[in-house]
Amino acid sequence: MSLEANVRLTLGALDLDIELSVDEAEVVALLGPNGAGKTTLLRAVAGLVPLTSGYVKLDGRVLEDAASGKYVPTERRSIGVVFQDYLLFPHLSVLANVAFGMRSRGMPSHEAAEKAAQWLDRVGLSAYVQDKPDALSGGQRQRVALARALAPDPRLLLLDEPLAALDVTTRAEVRRDLKRHLTTFPGLRLVVTHDPLEAAMLADRLVVMENGRLVQTGTPAEVTERPRSQYVADLVGVNLLRGQADHGSVRISDDSVIAAAAAESGDVFAVIHPRAVALHLRRPEGSPRNAWPGRVSGVEMLGGRVRVRVEGDVPLVAEVTPAAISDMQVAEGGEVWVSFKSTDVGVYPA
Amino acid sequence: MRRERVPIAVGILAASGAAFFILPLLGLIVRSPWGDAIKALTAPDTVEALKLSLVASLSATVIALVFGVPLAWVFARVEFRGRNLLRALTTLPMVLPPVVGGIALLLAFGRRGLVGSWLDSTFGITLPFTTAGVVMAETFVAMPFLIITVEAGLRSMDRRYEEAARTLGAKRWTVFTRVTLPLIGPSLFAGAVLCWARALGEFGATITFAGNFPGVTQTMPLAVYLLLGTDHEASYILSLVLLVISLGVLVALRHRWLGSA
Repeated sequence: MSLEANVRLTLGALDLDIELSVDEAEVVALLGPNGAGKTTLLRAVAGLVPLTSGYVKLDGRVLEDAASGKYVPTERRSIGVVFQDYLLFPHLSVLANVAFGMRSRGMPSHEAAEKAAQWLDRVGLSAYVQDKPDALSGGQRQRVALARALAPDPRLLLLDEPLAALDVTTRAEVRRDLKRHLTTFPGLRLVVTHDPLEAAMLADRLVVMENGRLVQTGTPAEVTERPRSQYVADLVGVNLLRGQADHGSVRISDDSVIAAAAAESGDVFAVIHPRAVALHLRRPEGSPRNAWPGRVSGVEMLGGRVRVRVEGDVPLVAEVTPAAISDMQVAEGGEVWVSFKSTDVGVYPA
Repeated sequence: MRRERVPIAVGILAASGAAFFILPLLGLIVRSPWGDAIKALTAPDTVEALKLSLVASLSATVIALVFGVPLAWVFARVEFRGRNLLRALTTLPMVLPPVVGGIALLLAFGRRGLVGSWLDSTFGITLPFTTAGVVMAETFVAMPFLIITVEAGLRSMDRRYEEAARTLGAKRWTVFTRVTLPLIGPSLFAGAVLCWARALGEFGATITFAGNFPGVTQTMPLAVYLLLGTDHEASYILSLVLLVISLGVLVALRHRWLGSA
């Protein structure tokens, strides 16, 4: 039992072309920068945006198929959606909001109200059943939205940036509860987010999207260890290079070759953690085989460490201690040498 | 807040403009024979006219809601050829001289009109010069106010609420009645009140299409006009009643027109 979608559509500047599958055993997070097309993909799966070509299948049943023109309207797809700003109906009470889906599907009102009350109890909001949504805090509204989406018992739960509208203090708590509900929910689960931490904490598998295309998929550990795009590398905070590997070296460009202790060959990615990159005022002596001069283009503090961006043949970010920075008098525009060991280069096929 | 300095010429012109609105109201209030108010208001003809006015204007409002809301929805949500032309036609009565509207109604629904002759010969139904004719004339002139107000409400509402309802399994009709209509509630209310006020004050189309028969087609504005020739003091009192109703409308819609302060 699974969701299988092959979505191709154009919407304004966005050109979406992606294949996606969600299995029952996993929580999948769609991760990508703003404008990557994550929300549009979600809306396409929900039937709110038409496909130009491709299909959406849920448990083998075709919900939409551009080739045959088949289209099951949104209201007849067994989905639950938690929208980014929740879209709780402002004119209905919290209870009526949660009961809405069951009422729409024909459940008698007293039964729907009873089930809705149970759901609100489950998310810890039984004291607010008669309140209007605007009387609730952001975290409480998020819970109502989740209860409303889950109450009709959907096969597929779609969450669009479920924590983005919350402030930092409530986010951690709501995320923990959300994780619990995602784990116990018996259907298929797909979360959209631009926050890598959120993705890693909520999901078993990440699907990384950029510019409407899939760039990488895998467990959070796989994705962070072996980034396959500059976007992911930046999220994880590592140096990502691409080049041609040949017996212990990787040619990055015509002028620059780095030494790497790896047996790979062909088109590869090379990842170097900033902590493995050392800075020197003069050409370093001794073991490092990778050393070249560059110009400092940026210095920023990050959690007790200093990140120094160095432009050169191979632009790199080095992470050093504040003490080292003051000793070396490193400043923007200054000349430095960077070096790293060939054993600190991770190489994997592109 | 710093007070803006008003150029003298602007101040004088603005004050004159304001006086132009205030003086007639003042005249009505000062010159009304307050002592005879009860007598004038309880005169049988007046009571008849008042009743007829209320029944006809409320009926016109209900009819306008029944047909105008779906029309507004179509204008706001459905794209089709000739939409702008159709919208222009349905809002034309707002700018059309009401007498012209009355004549047009006669030509369509009069006993020899396009549809009227058929209604007369087939069902024996005559609309002009009946209370139903009053309602038709008022609806014709007042419904456009409802249509444009509701269409504006539909266009400015956040349609994603409708999408949220659909993801919860709501069919189109459920979405419309349980989400769309409640969310445009304020526009619906404003449109209905505007429509009712316009219907209540309708004169030209009514007298042209429905005539001026006491108890059947003589509404308040018609009675006021008629009384002006015979018992002008009573016409002052009735005018005052209409003025109070208009003020009530203004108060009911103050959030819309005067800001929410």
